[in-house]
Order: sequence, then structure tokens, then C-alpha cells
Amino acid sequence: MNTQTDQILPFAGILEQAAASLPGADLDWVRAMRIRSYDRYVELGIPTVRQEAWKYTRLKTLEDTVFSPYHGDSNQTVDVLPGIHAASGAGVRLVFVNGHFRADLSNQEELPAGVILENLAATMIRDSNWLESQIANPLLGAAGSLESLNAAAMHDGYVLHVAKNVVVVKPIEVVFVGGLSEGPVASFPRNLIVLDEGAEARIIVHQCSAGTDASFSNTVSTVSLGQNARLSLATLQEEGDDATSVSTTQVECARDSAFDSMTLSMGAQLSRTEQHVALAGEGSSCRLDGAYLMRGSSHCDHTTLVDHLVPNTTSNEMFKGVLNDESRAVFQGKIVVHPDAQHTDGRMLNKTMLLSDRAEIDTKPELEIYADDVKCAHGATSGQLDETALFYLRSRGIPEAQARNLLVQSFLGEVIERITDDVLRDTITEKVVGWLPTGGQSS
Amino acid sequence: MLEIKNLHVTVDGTEILKGIDLSLGSGEMHAIMGPNGSGKSTLSYTIAGRAGYDVTEGEILFKGQNIVDLSPEDRAAEGIFLAFQYPVEIPGVANTTFLKEALNAMRRHRGEDELDAMQFVRMLREKVKELGISDDMLKRAVNAGFSGGEKKRNEILQMSVLEPALAVLDETDSGLDIDALKIVADGVNRLRNPERSMLMITHYQRLLDYIVPDFVHVLAHGRIQRSGGKELAQELEKNGYAEFTKTDAAA
Ligand SMILES: Nc1ncnc2c1ncn2[C@@H]1O[C@H](COP(=O)(O)OP(=O)(O)OP(=O)(O)O)[C@@H](O)[C@H]1O
Ligand SMILES: [Mg+2]
Repeated sequence: MNTQTDQILPFAGILEQAAASLPGADLDWVRAMRIRSYDRYVELGIPTVRQEAWKYTRLKTLEDTVFSPYHGDSNQTVDVLPGIHAASGAGVRLVFVNGHFRADLSNQEELPAGVILENLAATMIRDSNWLESQIANPLLGAAGSLESLNAAAMHDGYVLHVAKNVVVVKPIEVVFVGGLSEGPVASFPRNLIVLDEGAEARIIVHQCSAGTDASFSNTVSTVSLGQNARLSLATLQEEGDDATSVSTTQVECARDSAFDSMTLSMGAQLSRTEQHVALAGEGSSCRLDGAYLMRGSSHCDHTTLVDHLVPNTTSNEMFKGVLNDESRAVFQGKIVVHPDAQHTDGRMLNKTMLLSDRAEIDTKPELEIYADDVKCAHGATSGQLDETALFYLRSRGIPEAQARNLLVQSFLGEVIERITDDVLRDTITEKVVGWLPTGGQSS
Repeated sequence: MLEIKNLHVTVDGTEILKGIDLSLGSGEMHAIMGPNGSGKSTLSYTIAGRAGYDVTEGEILFKGQNIVDLSPEDRAAEGIFLAFQYPVEIPGVANTTFLKEALNAMRRHRGEDELDAMQFVRMLREKVKELGISDDMLKRAVNAGFSGGEKKRNEILQMSVLEPALAVLDETDSGLDIDALKIVADGVNRLRNPERSMLMITHYQRLLDYIVPDFVHVLAHGRIQRSGGKELAQELEKNGYAEFTKTDAAA
């Protein structure tokens, strides 16, 4: 039962405080979902390092900081919003500040027919039945504690629904800005992406901080891909040093659909990005990529679970990271090949470069295979910068700092090159160069 | 150009070079031959300034200046180039980018203007043609997936772009087929001039038919055992290194 007997449960009483003012207060199913989820959260408590899945990541900030949910003036001016395609203001973009939707900063126009892009609160009003069918049932009962907390406390988020055979050519950008408040603030974004048969879309999510206040965000995203649908999802996590950010993404792939994700983690005091992909239709595939750059005492955790449930499915994961100072990274990747899932092709790779001897990586790749005709491979390596390569570059006249940077870029290049969107790839390369210890020298 | 005096070098606590004396005049081509493990690569790394190759005694004078305390990049900027026995693969860094960075880093160091992209490409195109290096090899990442012979040719390309005053070639001929050997030898010969000295490490007399050295030295057991003209190489080809192995036992 509750393992937190020695401390107060964070966010205890959140429902009494806020349920009436939360979106969906007038919807029976939302109220029921909140109550059941809250009960489950109370039962499970906040994850602790005594649990296998949280062995390497401790949500310390929840132990010593009291975060108040929802409040935080969402009408503050935000000077600079990150944007790649939408930078000029011309692209499609949804913006959330401290978890609140900001219509004034968003642009939902320019979308083709058959595409719904709106905030969750709007969907509750417009089509509550559809929303219920998408998010109410699957989670309850099996959900983990943070997912349950999110389901109890969810406030707003983005909803994308693309109708059959509609291709959204331009990427959709979603910006979550935090840290803009007086005092520690918590937010519980809840996102939903549904692509019907043959639909295609690309989403770029920015998670960033505009202020320096402590923040806690607990995000849940649900992705459902119909037959032949394709989604590419990039998440650029550049939150401030006082941010704690946990997110869970649940993906279900129908026949011949494809889910591609790229996660760039370079901010936050602590971040955990958890992805669960169920390859439930024959011919479906997923690619989970990630790059992480940590310094100071930052901590990032990438946890993935891929379930190969039926024959002929493919998964490919590559997470590469660079750790400086006393930063720490965790990679937990698990591929499960279920008994029916013959001809599964599952690959997983985690490589970390340690730039400091105080940095630490904990990596745990796992394969669980219950079918006999499968191709699966996993690997994990970590090490310092290659001294021979460093000498090679320096012997060609390249100064040491620049040579180190080139080698870091070279190391991360392997995963960054897999990004097919040229603009996104260049942006991420620039961010990597900007992150480099000496400010970097573009090549 | 290069004067090495009583050079002792220790690697990981083991003394590998035990008193090397070697002198290269301007424009001279010297060959170093010697059995495996005799310290040839150690000497080349030490000249280029690799960390971990500790000079415990002696000095390396380059253009009259002792370079023992200079960083590898400073030595490169002064005009020292090492063609590696095992060139390193740098995935994700395009060969062209790398060459341009290297050249411009040195030009900056020397207070010269950097070449812009246009000037650089024009210059590169000339060199590439001479060495039979494909455009594809330039676009690809540095040495990544290159064949052994392609890597060696790439080293020579770097040398011709960087135009060093002293080139140390560590077994640049190893792993080359006959045609590639000729291309590489032509490339090296084209770079020979009265201001440029070269130190060529090789196991094969064959190379010396194409690149005729002014002097040949035999390195064994961390010392130059004998020096002579190009006929010394022929003698080694016939008799092997047995004689020098004995010399050491007596010493
Ligand atoms: N880190 C090290 N610690 C101890 N001994 C080393 C180390 N590195 C090299 N050596 C030794 O130094 C000696 C000289 O090596 P070196 O590579 O210079 O030989 P070489 O003459 O270039 O040989 P080859 O013809 O095979 O290329 C060898 O016996 C080698 O084992
Ligand atoms: Mg050698």
C-alpha cells in the first residue's frame, strides 16, 4: 500500500481544492475519472527509488518543495517563444503558459480540412463523447501513480485529431512555457493525438521555462495511430535549472502504422521521459530516438517500453548522450516480444559520452522474448572522449577545445542525422553546438 | 629543419626510445626502417606531441626551437604534419569541413586570413584531382568506412592541403595496392621541395623505388642503430634485421 507513510503525500487534497474549477467539472465521466484516478494515486503514492522502475531517479523536489497547482498568472507576457517552423509567427502553434492555454499566442488557422487542433478544455465542450472514448477507459486500473495523478488533476493540453487519409504537411508546434509565476507551480498537461487511417502529421513540442521559478510538470500524452497512419513527434526539452519534468507517452499502433519520435533533453534539474509503445497491428513500426546533453547537477531519465504484440513489427531505438560536470543520466529500455509476435525486428542502442569523471550513466537495456523467430539486439556503451581521435584532430592544427566539440558533435551526429526534417535537424544541431562547453564553434 | 638530440621517451612507465639522435636538413627525405615494436610510431607521435609520450631526456629542435613543450596544434601550426599509421575515423564530420577547419585554424594561428568557402573549394579541387580522390570521399565523414588505401590517400590529401614544413609519414605505404602506391608516391614527390623535409617510416624497400630517400636509418630497440644512403635499404631487404637485434644484446 502507501509507502509514503513517513511523509505527506504531495498534492493531497488536490481534488477538494480544485475539482470544481477544473475543465470538465460539469461532465460526469470526467468527475468519475478524476476521483478514481485520485484514489489510485493515493494508493500508489509518489514513486520511490525502492521501486525497480524508479531505482535510479528520485523525485527529490517533491519531498522538499510544495508546489501549488494551476495558479500562476497565465496572462503574463512571454517575450520570446521558441519556434522552428513557426518562428516567424506564420506556422501553426499552440501555446500553454504554466499549463494554461493561451489562445492569444496561438495560431490554429492554416490547417487543412479534416484536422482538429485545439486545447483539451475546448474538446470537452465540443465533443465530450469522443474524448471520453479516447481517454477515459484505457488508463484506469493499470495506470502508474504519476499517470493517475495526471488523470486526477489534468488541466489542459493539446488535442490533435486528423481524419482518414488527411496529410498535414506543415509541422504543428506546441509550446509549454513554465517557471513564470511567483513561487513553485505545478502543471498537469494532458495531450491526445489521434490519427485515423492513412493520416499523417508531424508535431514539434517545446518544453521551456521563461522565468526562474521552480516548476513541476507531470504530462501524459496518449497517441492512437490508425491503420497506415504516420506520426512523427519531436520533443525539445529545454527547461530551466529549477524545473522538474516528468512525462508519459502511451502509443498504440494499428496495422502498418508508424510512430517516430525524437527527444532532445538538455534542460531541467530533473526530467523523466517515459514512452510506452504497443505495436498492436501487423506491419507497424516505431522509432524512438533521443539525444541528451546534461551539465551541472542535472538528471535526465529516458525510459521506454516497446510491446511487440503481433507478427512482423519493427522497433528501433537509439539514445545518445553527453554528460558533463556531475550530471547524471538514466536509460531504461525494454523490448517485450509477445508469444504471437513472430518476425519481430527489435533494436535498441544507448551510448553515453562522459566528459567528466563525476558524471554518471545508469543504463539498463532489457529484452524479454516469448516468440522464437525474431531478430532482436540491444547494446549499451559509455566512455570518455576518444584520446586518439582528439590527438588526430589536434595534430591537424585544430585547437583542443574545438577538437573536443567536434568529437561531441560527431558522437551525437549519429542520432541527429536520423532526423528527416531538415529544418528540425539543423535547429537541433545548432542547439548542440550552443550547448558545447566553450560555446562551440560552428563548423 | 629538425634536430633530435638524445631523445628518451617513456610511455606508461616504459622507456621506449632510449637516446635517439637524428638530424634532417631542409629539403631532405629520410627513411626510417626497423622491426615491429622498435619504436618508429613512438618517435612519430613524440614529434607530433601526443599526450602520454613523455620526453624524459633530450630535445627536439624544429627550426631551431625546442618544441617538446608545445601542444600538438601549435606544432601543426608551426608546420609539423604526421600521416598516421592508423588514420582515425571521425563519423559525422565531413571530410571537407574537417580540412577547412584544420587549414583555417592554422592560418588563424599564424595570423593569416582565413580562406572563404569559395577559395577553399577551388584550392581543394586541384589537390583532389592530383590524388585521384573522388568527390564522394570528400563529402563523406572523415575516414568513416574508408578502405585502408583510401585512408592513406586521405592522409596525403591532408598533407597537400596543409603544406607542412616537416612531414612524418608513418607507414603510409602499408595496405596500398600497386596503383595506389604510385598515386601516393607521386603525391609525396610533388610536395618535395627545398624548403620541406620528410621523414618516412616504412617496412618496404618497394616504396623507396618510388620515393628515393637521401638517407636511410635503422631504428631498433629504441635507438638509431645505423644510418646510410639508399643502398642501406637494399641491404636490409636482403639480410633482415638480425644484425641489429644482436647489437642490442651486446649493448
Ligand atoms: N602504452 C604503452 N605502454 C607500454 N608499452 C607501449 C605502449 N604503447 C606502445 N608500447 C610499446 O612500445 C614499443 C614500440 O611501439 P611502436 O608502435 O612505436 O613500434 P613500431 O616500431 O611503430 O612498430 P610497427 O612496425 O609494428 O608499427 C612496442 O613494444 C609497444 O608494445
Ligand atoms: Mg608503427
